[in-house]
Amino acid sequence: MAKLLLEKVEKRYEGFHAIKGVDLSIDDREFVVFVGPSGCGKTTLLRMIAGLEEISGGDFSIDGVRANDIPPDKRGLAMVFQTYALYPHMTVAENMGFALKMAKVPKAEIERKVAHAAEMLQLDKVLARRPKALSGGQRQRVAIGRAIVRNPKGFLFDEPLSNLDAALRVQMRTELVKLNKQLETTMIYVTHDQVEAMTMADRIVVLNGGIVEQVGSPLELYHNPANLFVAGFIGSPKMNLLQGVVSARDDAGADVKLDDGGSIRVAAANIAAAPGLRVTLGIRPEHTALAADGEIGGTADFVEHLGNETLVYVRRPGEAQMIVKADDLAGVRMGDPVRMKPQPARAVLFGPDGKALLRREFHLR
Amino acid sequence: MSQPVSPTMTKAAPSAAPRRQVRTLPLLLPAVVLLLLWSILPLLQTILYSFQHYNLMEPPAAYNGGLNYTYLFTDSSTWTAIWNSVVLVAGVLAASIVFGTIIALLLNNDFPGRNIARLMAIAPFFVMSPVAALIWKNLLLDPVSGLAGWLMTLAGLKPIAWFSVYPMLSIVVIYSWRWIPFATLILLTALQSLDTDQLEAARMDGAKGFARLRYIVLPHLGRPISIVVMLESIFMLSAFAVIYTTTNGGPGDATTTLTYMIFIRALNDFSIGSASAAGVFAIVLANILAFFLIRAVSRTLQA
Repeated sequence: MAKLLLEKVEKRYEGFHAIKGVDLSIDDREFVVFVGPSGCGKTTLLRMIAGLEEISGGDFSIDGVRANDIPPDKRGLAMVFQTYALYPHMTVAENMGFALKMAKVPKAEIERKVAHAAEMLQLDKVLARRPKALSGGQRQRVAIGRAIVRNPKGFLFDEPLSNLDAALRVQMRTELVKLNKQLETTMIYVTHDQVEAMTMADRIVVLNGGIVEQVGSPLELYHNPANLFVAGFIGSPKMNLLQGVVSARDDAGADVKLDDGGSIRVAAANIAAAPGLRVTLGIRPEHTALAADGEIGGTADFVEHLGNETLVYVRRPGEAQMIVKADDLAGVRMGDPVRMKPQPARAVLFGPDGKALLRREFHLR
Repeated sequence: MSQPVSPTMTKAAPSAAPRRQVRTLPLLLPAVVLLLLWSILPLLQTILYSFQHYNLMEPPAAYNGGLNYTYLFTDSSTWTAIWNSVVLVAGVLAASIVFGTIIALLLNNDFPGRNIARLMAIAPFFVMSPVAALIWKNLLLDPVSGLAGWLMTLAGLKPIAWFSVYPMLSIVVIYSWRWIPFATLILLTALQSLDTDQLEAARMDGAKGFARLRYIVLPHLGRPISIVVMLESIFMLSAFAVIYTTTNGGPGDATTTLTYMIFIRALNDFSIGSASAAGVFAIVLANILAFFLIRAVSRTLQA
């Protein structure tokens, strides 16, 4: 049970403004992911929630109680560190029970709780070992177990999977989501990996330079990026961004005349743009097709056959490179001239200030 | 190895022979021979002398059976010397671990002038033993002109002639003054290698002040402390300069350690034979000690 509320939360270091006023409300049992490039302040924000960093300004409350000055161990939040931070001279059982020992919980109860958590994480056979004798995945589990044993209101994860190999990472990803449903607790998860964010989160918080760029469900962020930063950050390969001017406007959408000639239709009900406005048109590689009657022309610079799909990197003279996700057997070769056709119903527009000019309702079929 | 194999042949040999058959012994030989000459020869010589009546004032040397050893083990001053050695080593070790840890913990904090404070704390280690001894003897502990005497007079007390009243304590203090910085240096570097994530995890787990020290910091220092114990034991067993400069092993035999006793027998009494016997005994003792120390250290290194 934990509802976290951040109001105008700030962090100032000497000569550096790390977090520039974050407003965020996290619901009970929610799985929230903080994502952003290195140095965007996501870890700092997490550490402020944990109590490891002081909050320089604004209010932070847990279940309606102001928590700015509550020490970390009294906030009822448990943290899993990127390096796991296991105590090397203690056994797995001692590691997991350490917080309870500090809280002067009776020994029998510590043992019971540790055994319970160990069973849940399949650690029961290694309880007597030291962290050194464990595999990376097991250490990761011990770190999570150490958090579970405290029975916290919320879990804080600081890039916990970045030290695992790819296969294990995928496995732990689903296990963490399961854990979130099983334990019915709030979880905040920090990562720079947008795939982790997309796959795990109920809601994603995109941070950049100490401010929140957008908060929303993974699909909301994917379909309706609020600005150019989110558009470029969510999705892989990156969204193509084309420069142009709005040439016509009607109830069903707008036409954008690109700087290099082609005219592209953007279909959306409410576009906040009048003809003549300079815009950036965003279209994802997977929403662009190679077609002989395509509006945009260029030369295939590089072709990657990934097996399930083909990525075509298209050079356009004087303009930014475009990426097209074509089907698996697309026969484009390096140096071929290509024409590309964006789907009008998927293209998005951004104004001169970088903010989105349209927002679409989307429904899962 | 029926036929000699030259390196070029090994190189050209087919991959069927996976191991390189190069004779390495001839290459090692110069170093090994030098080492043997350097360490084993003096040892053998010492053992030889220890069975001789060999006094520089009464040449020539002659075999006298185990008489030197009989004398060594029946002489009560031998046991006094061993006891003195134990007190000296144990005293300096205790002081350097306790104070070394405390000073290292203090210096690990962030405060203005930290670098200078660290330098000052390490500095005594760079003072040569005889110089350190002279500073303590003449400037600090001298009852008439020393700092300690002056302070005691200020406090209304009678100055003490430290080297006559508490000779062993004085020696332990001087050696500790020199070796605490060494322990501080090693423990400070160890503290700096302590993972900050671990400390923060402990903070999240509710371990405060003393609990954090006891459960996280001190276990982390276990290994460097065992290294300090080993190195300082080795150096302190052969401690000589400070004793020579201040008390000359006295008063009586109050500060005569095993090392100093050997020195007295060899260079005051000119009795090479009995000094050699004591030396052999010291070697045996040191090896027994080294055996346990190395076992303890390697255990902490494995853990």
